[in-house]
Amino acid sequence: MNAVTTSPKLHDCRDAFVSVLERLGAENPRIVAVCNDSVGSSKLGGFKNLFPERLINVGIAEQNMVGVGAGLANGGLLPFVCGASCFLTGRSLEQVKADIAYSNANVKLIGISSGMAYGELGPTHHSIEDFAWTRVLPNLPVVAPCDSVETAAAVEWAASYPGPVFLRLSRVGVPDLLPQGHRFQPGKADMLRDGDAVTLIANGTLTHRMIKAAAILAHEGIEARVLNMATVRPIDVEAVVAAVRDTGAILTAEEHSVYGGLGSAIAEVVVAEAPAPMKLLGVPGVFAPTGSAEFLLDEYGMAPTAVAEAAKALIARKSGRA
Amino acid sequence: MQPNDLDRIARQIRLRDLQAVYEAGAGHIGGEMSAIDILTALYFGVLRIQPDQPRNPDRDRFVLSKGHVALALYVTLAKRGYIPEDEIKTFLKPHSRLNGHPNCNKVPGVETNTGPLGHGLPVAVGMAKAAKILGAGYHTYVLTGDGEMQEGSNWEAISSAAQFGLNNLTLIIDHNRFQQGAALKETNDLAPFATKLAAFGWDVTEIDGHAMTEIVPALEKRGDRPHCIVAHTNKGHGISFMQDRSDWHHRVPNAEQYKIALAELSEAM
Repeated sequence: MNAVTTSPKLHDCRDAFVSVLERLGAENPRIVAVCNDSVGSSKLGGFKNLFPERLINVGIAEQNMVGVGAGLANGGLLPFVCGASCFLTGRSLEQVKADIAYSNANVKLIGISSGMAYGELGPTHHSIEDFAWTRVLPNLPVVAPCDSVETAAAVEWAASYPGPVFLRLSRVGVPDLLPQGHRFQPGKADMLRDGDAVTLIANGTLTHRMIKAAAILAHEGIEARVLNMATVRPIDVEAVVAAVRDTGAILTAEEHSVYGGLGSAIAEVVVAEAPAPMKLLGVPGVFAPTGSAEFLLDEYGMAPTAVAEAAKALIARKSGRA
Repeated sequence: MQPNDLDRIARQIRLRDLQAVYEAGAGHIGGEMSAIDILTALYFGVLRIQPDQPRNPDRDRFVLSKGHVALALYVTLAKRGYIPEDEIKTFLKPHSRLNGHPNCNKVPGVETNTGPLGHGLPVAVGMAKAAKILGAGYHTYVLTGDGEMQEGSNWEAISSAAQFGLNNLTLIIDHNRFQQGAALKETNDLAPFATKLAAFGWDVTEIDGHAMTEIVPALEKRGDRPHCIVAHTNKGHGISFMQDRSDWHHRVPNAEQYKIALAELSEAM
């Protein structure tokens, strides 16, 4: 179990991403960054200054961007292809499927500003479908780190992993939860808190909300297990089965549609391996209204207090009281 | 290799392709026949490759963007020594690695998986750009169909190639004037291609895509900019009743037609 730190400072995980990318770029001349006029939003300005010839900006052309990434990998480079997640996955999904996943090209896809980070810009810019679109593709690990520590560790891992990766990052500030020096293990959940009444599972910007919800529950004498499950594919079957065995119920929360994302991936394990009551929190299959990411997460029942209430209702279902 | 030798090899490839389509009961014979002279010129005249080292970093790259003519590529790769010639008979059979579109993780010599159209050129741009960054000397070739040029992703890539100054990239457009269901001019006629590519900053050469004396020099041409070869070809080339007929995009000859086609191709040999 990882000790949870309670740093009140909020971090933009893009900073951790580029900090590691710049360091790795200095060590490995084969690392290149590819983007779609997103030097600013992907925070690649520093990389560009350090390695101008290794920053490939294709302009506003995502299909070409992903295809070019596959070609760069074929030529022996290690491309990090960066773009707003909504466009990187949505606009070029067929390139992600054929050129990257099916071809097994050693390309790292970095989805920036995922989820509802662009809340106010509306549903065209929300990326609450990207787990569903990407996690059905063979060969493509799908990872959404929960804080800057895990982001840095996941980028380091992705660079060393000899195959495609989809890394889903946000721009919404999150507190550091994992200890410095944390090593990322793909497909392995981190238990941030143990308990026996219910398991709360999340990733990305939702994990710290689960910690807070668990604290609220603890005040009422309810001990919740909290799992940070950054890897959506391959899902950590063992951790899910153990959660059912030890706590009897699972609540999931994600900055994604409730259809096809982390909750669905966990539910697939639960129905097949360890049937138990579940509650899936997320965007309930609608185009979300205008508002900040934080506002929208609260709006859809993912404020820590609301999560605690949902957890209590789930616990009641578990024991047949609802 | 002399043009006559290349013509002879191309005829052998056409014949084997026809036989395989007939035996498998499937294929994209029209576009295969239009592309085979270009494939032959590449694999037997131009590409700097070693079939026993299909991942050699210095190899020239060839991307078959019109992946539906995979069979023509398989026959060419087999003839060039990448895969056993005997394996062609497994085309489309259960668990054969020779499926309807080429797979780079299964078939040596295939560089990237294609099938959906408009994918090969962006990937080829990435290959050529990688060579520029690494200072590598390999050249990248990509073959698209003319109908395929209707995909917008190609024009993103065309623009990129000029922007990046990729004079180590050659695009060959197999301009047989027909797509799956119609003539290009009946759907979205992009012809003439030459002026469009030139406007995007490419060097352009127009050739008879069935004349080795024109194909090889065009493939070997080098300059300061990315190079597009508009290869004027005939769908179904070499088989009289298929030629320039869009309904022969993926039809399979019946026994009688097969006999006629065999005779025509054999006579040419």
